[in-house]
Amino acid sequence: MTTAAHSVVEPSPRSKAIAGTLVILYAVISMIPLVWIGMTALKTPSDAIAYPPKIIFTPSMAGFCDLFTTQSRQTEDYIKTLPPPTDTCDEITRSRGLVTAGPSNFLPRFFNSFIIAFGSTFLAVALGTLAAYGFSRFKVPMADDLLFFILSTRMMPPIAVAIPIYLMYRELGLSDTHLGMILLYTAVNVSLAVWLMKGFIDEIPREYEEAAMIDGYTRLQAFRKVVLPQAATGIAATAIFCLIFAWNEYAFAVLLTSGSAQTAPPFIPIIIGEGGQDWPAVAAGTTLFLIPIVVFTVLLRKHLLRGITFGAVRK
Amino acid sequence: MADIRVENLHKSFGDFVAVKESNFTVADGEFFVMLGPSGCGKTTTLRMIAGLELPTSGAIHLAGEDVTFKRASARDIAFVFQLFALYPHMNVRKNISYPLENQGVPRSETRTRVEEAARILRITHLLDRSVSGLSSGDRQRVALGRAIVREPLAFMMDEPLGALDSELREVMIGELRALHDRLGATTIYVTHDQTEAMAMADKIAVMNRGSIEQFASPQEIYDRPASMFVADFIGDPAMNLIPFQAGLEVGQAHVRIAGAEIAVPTIREGVAETHLALGARPEHVALVDDGGLRGEVYGTEYLGTHQVVTVATYEGHVRAIVEAERSVRVGANVGLTFRPERLSLFDRGSGRAVSTDWSLGGPHHG
Ligand SMILES: Nc1ncnc2c1ncn2[C@@H]1O[C@H](COP(=O)(O)OP(=O)(O)O)[C@@H](O)[C@H]1O
Ligand SMILES: [Mg+2]
Repeated sequence: MTTAAHSVVEPSPRSKAIAGTLVILYAVISMIPLVWIGMTALKTPSDAIAYPPKIIFTPSMAGFCDLFTTQSRQTEDYIKTLPPPTDTCDEITRSRGLVTAGPSNFLPRFFNSFIIAFGSTFLAVALGTLAAYGFSRFKVPMADDLLFFILSTRMMPPIAVAIPIYLMYRELGLSDTHLGMILLYTAVNVSLAVWLMKGFIDEIPREYEEAAMIDGYTRLQAFRKVVLPQAATGIAATAIFCLIFAWNEYAFAVLLTSGSAQTAPPFIPIIIGEGGQDWPAVAAGTTLFLIPIVVFTVLLRKHLLRGITFGAVRK
Repeated sequence: MADIRVENLHKSFGDFVAVKESNFTVADGEFFVMLGPSGCGKTTTLRMIAGLELPTSGAIHLAGEDVTFKRASARDIAFVFQLFALYPHMNVRKNISYPLENQGVPRSETRTRVEEAARILRITHLLDRSVSGLSSGDRQRVALGRAIVREPLAFMMDEPLGALDSELREVMIGELRALHDRLGATTIYVTHDQTEAMAMADKIAVMNRGSIEQFASPQEIYDRPASMFVADFIGDPAMNLIPFQAGLEVGQAHVRIAGAEIAVPTIREGVAETHLALGARPEHVALVDDGGLRGEVYGTEYLGTHQVVTVATYEGHVRAIVEAERSVRVGANVGLTFRPERLSLFDRGSGRAVSTDWSLGGPHHG
């Protein structure tokens, strides 16, 4: 019996090639929907539903125009009486026998998403970090039970608590408010934040704070100046997870928002209904919706990859 | 600078007693070492003195003031941690100056003090480096720098040399002692390494399972161990502890072990028939051809300046330090004699030393 020597350090060129191919294949497959959405956003409505699908097409701003404006159908004669179009969108719209009626709700909805997602992320990470520090450094009675309880809030599907929350929010006047949505997403995310941050803070030797406290700093000062900088990596990772959840959340947003506090996820599908199946507008909305989270992740990527203690503690 | 007085200091974690009724005083400017095996409560004692842990009972006085329940930040004690605990997000200069930052020390003075500390520790060239690239010896110096820059009332050091390789450790032992001689600061130093303790200490407390077994100068501890634990823990090779059974009378100056009559320091304490042990440092044991406690050479260990000969007797192995030139044959039948005035006697039941002329502080005979 002969077994090839297994090297832990260096995989064979063949297995490397196979692994590489698989990874690339997976990346391509998962990129296809994104590319599809990006392309659709730049098509005209008729190109978007053409069969077989058009890979090569003339880019059009129609999708973005439809996304940002509302339009009304007018007779050709009426359109002719109008002053010349002021911008490209006007032009595109009129060529389809429509007139721009005013700005759509997309920007305010997008802005709502921004406030609610970042607001709740900030709160969840801040509360989670403080709670995790407490659990990590102090003797908390029944700490394990409490931690399990905190985690268990994340175990049930949102639909299970949808109705009570809906009723409570209506009673408290929190329905369709920014505050209500921020509190809700914070409550959901804080459990994740506590658990993630506890792991990161446990990794930071308590000697650092003790050194600072012996050197005359209060615990709070030591926390701020010694623990927080070293927890930056964990904070960044936790913030990304919280933000992704809050940014993408759909079920509660549909249930609890409809007007002034509506976020982008429930808004984008509504576009479909306005004046036929306007896929380019939906795709344009989705594309824009993806951008902030990508930017945020890329900005924090360095933090995510950096080691936690930088090797300054002796092993 | 300050003296430190610890009274009946006690610490338990739940049912487990980590420090038991500890009492000692460190005089102003003294280099005091707590020595003992891992887990015996050294770090816990140190942390209570520094204010990082609250005692279960007892009191701590720093410079005459009761600081038992004072916050760590209010005690003016510097602590060098077992893990150096350098702040990884600050460079060397920032690490050293950090303790001064919230004391309202003017910027120019901070600068001079940091540079003075760096000069003493010979790390001036590292001041603007990041701490992550430093060798463990340099990290140790930075940690010391952070302690001395404050000019605190006292220093606490928890196994500060534990991470260094033996060569560097030897260098740092010399440097630490020189630093202490220069600053004259009251220092409590914790280690499990007897070489470090012996080389640096003015006073040593040997700890075992939360209790202080002996509190004395290094010489006292080596010469007159107060208990079998200390006798066994201190010295390399360790003190021979030869078991025998007898009763002792005041004034008696001999014991009988396996038929051999062995002269010992005059007994000053009557002991009823019980299990005893004779304690003899290997350098106080000699090999003879006739007479003495008989045994067979079991092995020899040649060390250049001398050799350690292990002799198997009916009472167990006994080690003797013998001149390097003497040829000792393994298996040879030899006798062991002992230097009478330097022997210790222990009660194996309690582990305590029996009072003799020697244990009560008889004169050193060179
Ligand atoms: N926070 C704690 N909780 C429970 N047990 C502890 C704690 N700190 C120390 N101990 C126990 O107390 C004993 C003494 O610890 P320590 O003072 O660190 O010993 P040393 O420094 O002499 O090695 C050890 O057995 C340790 O397990
Ligand atoms: Mg320790």
